[in-house]
Amino acid sequence: MRLKEKFSELKKKKEGALIGFVTAGDPTAADTIEIAQAMIRGGIDILELGLPFSDPVADGPVIQKAGERALRAGMNPDIFFETAGKIKGIPKAVLTYYNIVLQRGLDKFCADCAKTQIDGLVIPDLPIEECEPLRSACKKHNVSLILLAAPTTPDDRLEKILEEADGFLYVVSVAGVTGARKDLSAQVKPLIKRIKKRSGDLPLAVGFGISRPEHVKEVLAAGAEGAIVGSAFEKIIEECLGDKKEMLHGLENFARELKTATTRREIGGDTHQQEGKTLK
Amino acid sequence: MKKKELPDNRGKYGAYGGRFSPEVLMPALVDLEAAFKKYSKEDVFQKELAYYLREFAGRPTPLYYAKNLSEKLGGAKIYLKREDLVHGGAHKLNSTLGQALLAKKMGKKRVIAETGAGQHGVATAIAAATMGLKCEVYMGTEDTVRQKLNVFRMNLMDARVIPVDSGSKTLKDATNEAFRDWIANIEDTYYLIGSVMGPHPYPMIVREFQKIIGEEAKKQILEKEGRLPDAVMACVGGGSNAMGIFNAFKEDANVELFGVEAGGKGIDTGEHGAALCAGTNGVLHGMYSKILQDKYGQIKVSYSISAGLDYPGVGPELSYLAGEGRVKPTSITDEEALDAFKTLSRTEGIMPALESAHAVAQAIKTAPRMKKNQVIIVNLSGRGDKDVFTVAEALGVKL
Repeated sequence: MRLKEKFSELKKKKEGALIGFVTAGDPTAADTIEIAQAMIRGGIDILELGLPFSDPVADGPVIQKAGERALRAGMNPDIFFETAGKIKGIPKAVLTYYNIVLQRGLDKFCADCAKTQIDGLVIPDLPIEECEPLRSACKKHNVSLILLAAPTTPDDRLEKILEEADGFLYVVSVAGVTGARKDLSAQVKPLIKRIKKRSGDLPLAVGFGISRPEHVKEVLAAGAEGAIVGSAFEKIIEECLGDKKEMLHGLENFARELKTATTRREIGGDTHQQEGKTLK
Repeated sequence: MKKKELPDNRGKYGAYGGRFSPEVLMPALVDLEAAFKKYSKEDVFQKELAYYLREFAGRPTPLYYAKNLSEKLGGAKIYLKREDLVHGGAHKLNSTLGQALLAKKMGKKRVIAETGAGQHGVATAIAAATMGLKCEVYMGTEDTVRQKLNVFRMNLMDARVIPVDSGSKTLKDATNEAFRDWIANIEDTYYLIGSVMGPHPYPMIVREFQKIIGEEAKKQILEKEGRLPDAVMACVGGGSNAMGIFNAFKEDANVELFGVEAGGKGIDTGEHGAALCAGTNGVLHGMYSKILQDKYGQIKVSYSISAGLDYPGVGPELSYLAGEGRVKPTSITDEEALDAFKTLSRTEGIMPALESAHAVAQAIKTAPRMKKNQVIIVNLSGRGDKDVFTVAEALGVKL
């Protein structure tokens, strides 16, 4: 299923999209398949797989460490696509840094995505000014180049981004790096509102610092179509490195808690009531 | 004929350069470019900067004829551009003063920097102290141990050093961490990059603040020799002292420009920092340039005895100039650099920084093959006092 189809299916059901991120190859490539399956059982709607890069400037400590573990365990783009191809039944996106795409070759990278049913590419260090070559390759292979917008993005720039956006818009909730935060950034609601005025039918998915069911609820209530959770999943992996059963169990349960928060949009995001157990 | 001004309006030097940055930073990079273009054209800014460079940094620096070394080698006349005499002991202050002044004009209260050996960190701490800015410096934990003296120097000037424990715990990781800090503190913070690297406009800004080296050297050599040099040699890590001196000679086709990289234990051992000589095209730290990487695009850990050259990338304009054949990339091993360190100390009474010793070593190799009426300028980018412990250890001397 394509990303776009997934978003419209969820819209009909009046649900938000839960996008779960994990770094592929952490702790091993084989584990990634089981990890993804656990998250799918828990209810994530879209899987975003991180292809680790040695110098991830947009990432906070949790995802950095996950990437380092994965690289040490031998993850590389060849193994990545092999692994991704084995994860079925869910729309997938890849997050990686531009140099990894560049060295594989833009065309080959996109062809590999298409072959393994990866429908979207998120490249945090590729701004619109530099994205044309990759956009052409994506078009050729019918995969989406997912663009990002941040709280610092001014309106005129936002309009340019929206003109080129495809799949969904990745809304960076905070001027900062990835990582779980206790509270949702105060910047996020005005940002969603500002984008919504201009974004038409393009779904918005909010990421960076989304780590609790109430965060998910808040961003959906503010008008976003999806929430992206990464570091909070990675943290469970990190804390359960010695115990895979516990890890898979923890991931599945956490995904379920988060998913529950996407199915009750009518409750609204301004209530701060606790729903279920939150991540420690 | 004057060539087209580079970078172009997209921050490119041919195919190199550009702006490969997270979206959060893009507006700040655009603002920075606008602020630089505005202030650097203003008389008030130029006068203030000139004041600091003259009265505080000690410019102009001499162009010194290294008579003993030249006669010993029996070839070309070797001149040393004495950036080691700049306050702080290296050319780094030229750019940190310029950038700190720019930060002040932009209303920023805090500057951050990355540092490897600590030279850029110290130069940033100096500039921040004199201009009343808060200063925090990211430094790999490995480097804070290897260069604890510089950590202390920064502390003495009221800068805080933040150890970086991620990745290889060296300069490239300190750079990542400085970018992350900037992403999170974009409102009040100026990221003061140490070399002609990073996303546009940094390679341009740092070159513009360093180009005074070449402008002075050109004037001085015309006064002393009545002609342009046959060769200009500078060590290349990120490339700020090299671009600083090369810029004035870029369009003088008869002046050969040598970009001397860290050969480390030898290019064929894989343990080196020679991105121009042995790197391939890729994206690192916001720029498209020559970088050291594996076939998948993961960045390799560089190596050099001199921490200032221990970086797996190089500024985009140098990649461009090397690609055009204008700059000749060469490499000097640790051992050759150490020999040059000793030779210059003995013959001239000048201890070069280990970085600059690479350029001196290239001159020692090249000068004997040149005629006695030919002229080489070596950019002596820094002094060697900071390196005496490293040199002692390499020579097996216990201090």
